[in-house]
Amino acid sequence: MMRFSTLVKHPADWMTGGPGVADGEHAAVITSRVRLARNLRRHPFPGWANREQRVAAFEVLRPAVEALAPMKKAFSGELGGLSPVQKQVLVERHLISREHAARGEGSAAVIERRQRFSFMLNEEDHLRMQSIQAGMRLSACFEALSALDTELEESLEFAFDADLGYLTTCPTNLGTGMRASAMLHLPGLVLADQITQVLQAVHKIGLAVRGLYGEGTESLGNLYQISNQSTLGEPEEAVIRRLERVIGQVAGHERNAREKLLEDDPGMVADKIGRAYGVLRHAHLIDSKEALNHLSILRLGAGTGFFPAEAIVTCDTLLMDIQPAHLQLHAGRKLSPDERDAIRADILRERLESLDAPTHGRDDSDDDGEDSGES
Amino acid sequence: MKCDFCDQKATVFLTQLVEGNMKKVCLCEACAKERGVTDPTGFSLADLVLGGAPAFPVPGGAEPFATPGGPAKACPSCGFGLDDLLRVRRFGCADCYGTFRDETLAMLRGMHRGLRHNGKTPKGLIAREAKQRRLSELREKLESAIASESYEEAAGLRDEIRNLESA
Repeated sequence: MMRFSTLVKHPADWMTGGPGVADGEHAAVITSRVRLARNLRRHPFPGWANREQRVAAFEVLRPAVEALAPMKKAFSGELGGLSPVQKQVLVERHLISREHAARGEGSAAVIERRQRFSFMLNEEDHLRMQSIQAGMRLSACFEALSALDTELEESLEFAFDADLGYLTTCPTNLGTGMRASAMLHLPGLVLADQITQVLQAVHKIGLAVRGLYGEGTESLGNLYQISNQSTLGEPEEAVIRRLERVIGQVAGHERNAREKLLEDDPGMVADKIGRAYGVLRHAHLIDSKEALNHLSILRLGAGTGFFPAEAIVTCDTLLMDIQPAHLQLHAGRKLSPDERDAIRADILRERLESLDAPTHGRDDSDDDGEDSGES
Repeated sequence: MKCDFCDQKATVFLTQLVEGNMKKVCLCEACAKERGVTDPTGFSLADLVLGGAPAFPVPGGAEPFATPGGPAKACPSCGFGLDDLLRVRRFGCADCYGTFRDETLAMLRGMHRGLRHNGKTPKGLIAREAKQRRLSELREKLESAIASESYEEAAGLRDEIRNLESA
């Protein structure tokens, strides 16, 4: 089994982008995520089970999950054995939910070494399994996860009803038990003042829009999650196709908004990107909200030719590394908020040292009578 | 964002859908701890904090299911009561869905795009259930064959049952 320190030493696969990181779509769609909720047929659901019953379910679930081929060398830990900072690191990486992090003995997380799959044992449901990949890959996430689910069916008897589908603790997950979501970066729509309009349209067709860390969280850094709400009445593939279509449209609006902003008000865009660059390169104290918002603008710069496209990966990795629990893990001790602001600024200056100043404005001033064609 | 109960910065955010209405609660760390939100192992946190409904039921607790007009319905497998379901809008076990079928269907109306599952089915489970159904059919036939002294037919049925059981 993998140790926690080894698991989190490397960034997750999806944080470093993988193939297609520089293409237009990835600029707007950071990650795709699919989760399936499953329960055991003959065990009371975790929220109603007593301690003994929870442990009994846990003992059935854990060996079955650990026996899956991709999970053979996975990290597997009971939540009671993890420190609050370690649990928070997993939350910041979207590997476990905030609710799961609050649990202790009898609940566990089993996480694949490249962090593409994670399993929460005894969350609200007995089993919550997740697949996460960089870019617009909802179908791929679902197929990979569904294959593991099918494999689990051979050793576990899941609660299933021919009419109601997979039975879950909360009826809002009933049926497929599937929640598919994408994390979108939409600074163009925010700057162009079109974000409310676009998100309202998404909401109207029955999809949910949330902030960075799901339900009830604020939207920071122009990051939004779009996911399905309905889980009953449609096949998984139909839900995913609709999401992909809508997310593709939102990504298209974002691309258009960026192009239009650069055309109509290039000075404003260059100013925002230049200021974000200046603050991140030179600040000595910076809180996570300010850092996230500037990194968001830096990422916009990388997607619009102000910086090399690879800077997107630097931004995505930093978005994670500057968060409170990641900083404390990096420092190896608990940090006060003031200490965090100082260390956060140190990390940002160090990682962005080799990033040259934004070039878009300079290209325009190198006026030789021809359009440089840079976008 | 500020805490709903004091002027501190909120760090805990709860959102819950209750009968289609969104309830949002923002809490600072101290208020969250004071209200027991740091260990949300139970149901219905927003209600717990807002005081809109009683706290989630205690598993195996001694709460009587009695209501005026007779005892309220409870799940025979896990003891989860209808009053629990109506309060927390969560289920206690897989069998609760059968016990509270009518209430469930009422609850599902408007929640999803449909009322009938149309997605993946666990192949193994379906096959196991089909096998169990076939076995009980064959056993019934075997009994009536024996009762009517059709011993040749009974022998055939017995072999079929054995084959199916060992498959």
